Amino acid sequence: MSEANDNIDEDAVEVLTLPLDAWHRDKGGRMVEFAGYWMPVQYEGIIAEHLWTRENAGLFDVSHMGQLLLSGEGLEAAVEAVLPIDLSTLKLGQQRYSLLLDEEGGVLDDLMVQRWPDKLYMVVNGATKWDDIGTLREALPDEVTINHLDEQALLALQGPKASAALERHAPGVSALTFMKLGHFTIAGHPATISRSGYTGEDGFEISIPAEAAAEVAGLLCGEPEVKPIGLGARDSLRLEAGLPLYGHDLGPDTSPIEAGLIFGINKRRRAEGGFPGAERIQRELAEGTARRWVGLALEGRQAAREGAEVYAGGELVGKLTSGGFSPSLNHPIATAYVASEFAAEGTAVEIDVRGKRLPARVVPMPFVPHRYHR
Amino acid sequence: MARYFTEEHEWIDVVGDLGTVGITDYAQGQLGDITFVDLPEEGASFAKGDSACVVDSVKAASDVYTPVSGTVSAVNGALSDAPELVNEDAEQGGWLFRLTLSDAAELDGLMDEAAYKDFIKGL
Repeated sequence: MSEANDNIDEDAVEVLTLPLDAWHRDKGGRMVEFAGYWMPVQYEGIIAEHLWTRENAGLFDVSHMGQLLLSGEGLEAAVEAVLPIDLSTLKLGQQRYSLLLDEEGGVLDDLMVQRWPDKLYMVVNGATKWDDIGTLREALPDEVTINHLDEQALLALQGPKASAALERHAPGVSALTFMKLGHFTIAGHPATISRSGYTGEDGFEISIPAEAAAEVAGLLCGEPEVKPIGLGARDSLRLEAGLPLYGHDLGPDTSPIEAGLIFGINKRRRAEGGFPGAERIQRELAEGTARRWVGLALEGRQAAREGAEVYAGGELVGKLTSGGFSPSLNHPIATAYVASEFAAEGTAVEIDVRGKRLPARVVPMPFVPHRYHR
Repeated sequence: MARYFTEEHEWIDVVGDLGTVGITDYAQGQLGDITFVDLPEEGASFAKGDSACVVDSVKAASDVYTPVSGTVSAVNGALSDAPELVNEDAEQGGWLFRLTLSDAAELDGLMDEAAYKDFIKGL
């Protein structure tokens, strides 16, 4: 028996540990290599953890992600030259999704930007954080300081009962709405909390000092609504939520317009340009793209995985970028880039899995409705 | 009846020239929740080490290799409706397929239960 397809990073030279490493092991987490770190893939089982998060609240350790704090003279203009964001509309205490693009409009990373007093805080993907810092350092003037907050841990508390559980430790947090943030304290430790996440559920992302991570994780998991959840369920939850995963659904060979991420490029910037790759983005906005990122629902129970080819009437029309079994829907789902003429909702296609053609159809995303607290 | 194990975490029970194949309890634990089993066709012939079956978990698809050469004589149809049987009872009720062995001498290269237990201790 062998695993034919998994997401473990096999190129990692030295596997590093994160602040909650011992805590995860103590809680029974099965640790795997991911983005250069030991991370828990599951505790009691992916399906149970997935459904628990949809019905209660799950605590995810996302401390492998990069937390950056940018400050300095000319910060606004300098950041707008690098990201397609409209900072004039990003008010204090707000967070927005943005994209780091290359000169050809390919995606180098997707990220979150928060407005802090006189500063911008960013959360970037773990596997790309060092490259991102290099890209930003090169593109930003010397007056702008990039502070990598590598002494901060990041927790995500996700699910319909997240707000009730967190409110007991960070009073006032339940007043935040989706994509808003504030500075709180938990058990005396400073905590920057945004109402956001990557599961499609209501929830929070909590930045705390590394030395407080185990105490805070313990307090939250002491609440009856909260259980620790591994990377396995994080992936199945974000797939059901129709959210793209960098390195799989997004990369330098994909444009944000193909991926349907127009909302990640603010309106004023679409019109004005002036960011890396703007020419391609504006052309694709005007003319459309040859392929599009779509959701697929499969019949039966056999899943199709990343890399599987998509066929329509015998013609190769696309390739899967994510795929797996949906615990909430109880059937397999997938995402793929397909030629635009096959991207319409309801289009029947076939997915090649080891020589067998599995019937599927194009369905709207998210597969499971978002339940953000707006 | 004798039970043999492979380093790829399959087990095979042999009675006469008939073998019953499954994955070990250790293997199902590593895979996690099993959502689908792609069983072989009855009558299909496989050489030792061929992929005869695919077990899908939430996380991944995994090949199951035949421990010895042979022809598939039966498959565990119960897994079509209840693939989770492999999680619940990997080494009995969650068996995958039966083979008519074509070369019983191939069994000599496999581990017995004590050897397999030592083997997984080292993983």
